[in-house]
Amino acid sequence: MKKVIIEGLSYKYPLSSRLALEDISLTIEKGEFIGIVGKNLSGKTTLCQALVGLVPHFYHGGFRGKVEVAGMNTMNYSIAQLAEKIGLVFQNPFNQISGSKLTVYEEVAFGLENLGISRPEMIERTENVLKLLDIYHLKDRNPFEISGGQMQRLAIASIVALKPEVIILDEPTSQLDPQGTNEVFRAVNQLKEQGITIIMVEHKVEKLAAYADKIILMSEGKIVDYDRPSNIFARSDLKKLGVKTPIFIQALQSLGLDKKYPGGLPVTLEDTYKLVVKEYGNDQN
Amino acid sequence: MEMIKIKNLTFSYQGQTPVLKDISLSFGNSPTAIIGQNGAGKTTLVKLLKGLLKPTSGDILIQGRNTKEYSAATLSRNIGLIFQNPNDQIFKNRVLDEVMFGPLNLKYSIKEARKKSLEALKLVQMEDKIDCNPYDLSLAERKLISIASILSMEPEIVIFDEPTIAQDYHGIELIKELIKKLSKEGKLVITITHDMDFVTEAFSRAIILRDGSVILDGTIREVFSKPDLLRKSFLEQPHITQLGEKLNLAQTILSLEEFIQYFTTVS
Repeated sequence: MKKVIIEGLSYKYPLSSRLALEDISLTIEKGEFIGIVGKNLSGKTTLCQALVGLVPHFYHGGFRGKVEVAGMNTMNYSIAQLAEKIGLVFQNPFNQISGSKLTVYEEVAFGLENLGISRPEMIERTENVLKLLDIYHLKDRNPFEISGGQMQRLAIASIVALKPEVIILDEPTSQLDPQGTNEVFRAVNQLKEQGITIIMVEHKVEKLAAYADKIILMSEGKIVDYDRPSNIFARSDLKKLGVKTPIFIQALQSLGLDKKYPGGLPVTLEDTYKLVVKEYGNDQN
Repeated sequence: MEMIKIKNLTFSYQGQTPVLKDISLSFGNSPTAIIGQNGAGKTTLVKLLKGLLKPTSGDILIQGRNTKEYSAATLSRNIGLIFQNPNDQIFKNRVLDEVMFGPLNLKYSIKEARKKSLEALKLVQMEDKIDCNPYDLSLAERKLISIASILSMEPEIVIFDEPTIAQDYHGIELIKELIKKLSKEGKLVITITHDMDFVTEAFSRAIILRDGSVILDGTIREVFSKPDLLRKSFLEQPHITQLGEKLNLAQTILSLEEFIQYFTTVS
């Protein structure tokens, strides 16, 4: 079942002369985990905002084409209506925190209040996501008096609590410690297994390579490629497009294995390990 | 030369349990990364170094000056801190004004302040954005502007709080080069970061903080050769080091170059 259908989407911010998005067409299936990579200003964040209707309802500007998410054409629904099915975790958590709640616990419940969820269910959902994101111990703290990484988890928890069908995350782990990053990827993967569609902008290519089903590669507002991670990350023009080649692929390429395996190199630690053992034997010492 | 001396530093926010506990450290000019889990006290520590917070007990000497006796403004010639969130730092509505604010407050003439600011903006490749409103720029660009605003004051010690957030491949390369340049000029660069690959590529020393205490202080090789300790501190080895570890190689691999060399000499 298609969860996202974009056809011929072009968009220009007001007062800007250049297209932020140019003739984008793609589809995403229910329960897929899609990564978005590309250099800064290539349109990644704008695409996310088009998926939740902030483009064009909030930013206005010139809009052409069709964006349909969870069965709703974003043109025909308000941002509030779209928010019931589609959640966006902001790039900067400081901008997402409501500022109207005094505790982490109430901040998570804020969105649920606005959706008119019953009190017992609000409590249940709030407690579940606080535990899922490992911030339950912070529940009574002021949302603005926790660390940047903790705030980032709070921003994710607040969206997950709404149980959207599609979750869009714009660099959700940029301020997290390495294990916090791993936890977020695992948590997001659990949501995917529950059938939630995940779309994530992320510069941590090694992590995306390990978790994403497909990757959207963007440049200058256009989609350059949309394929499996092993194909996207093997492209020789990645550096030019402002995207790092995952270190495992770089390692295998420098051992000359890309020529031996033209069908694609592994992108995860585990698979890279297996290939090196296969090629060089078990004992390197 | 000793740039920073921290003696038995303890700090707590208004009567709460200590965020930093009895920390003693000394810094010369090797570029140093401070790593550790979220909430370990990293940002609090650098705010103390900058003099924005004052020790509850113990002392911090910045190029010999005790932060208890000098205001953060007075210390600006010695030490500059680039905030984690540029929105907490930026307040002017024109990029050039923002970057000139520091040098003007250091009593440089408008002409000198302008010159220093343009140089700083050039270092972060933002010289074509001088007339923009910082709030019209992307998060990554605003971070670069906030870096320029500190560099324009030419402090001897430069502290970055998570500089790679929101930066793409090109931005990270730019920041790495900047750190190398500052170090070459004899300045002390300290960075808080969660990007372990970035640590090995731009720093020679790493300090692990955990629950407000220094758990390990050593060269990058020492720190990253201890996977168990890293795991306990909610960290991990750089990706290439993880691969080397999994392959059970005889030495700790810190870079792609070391990895390649290992395999070309073995086989």
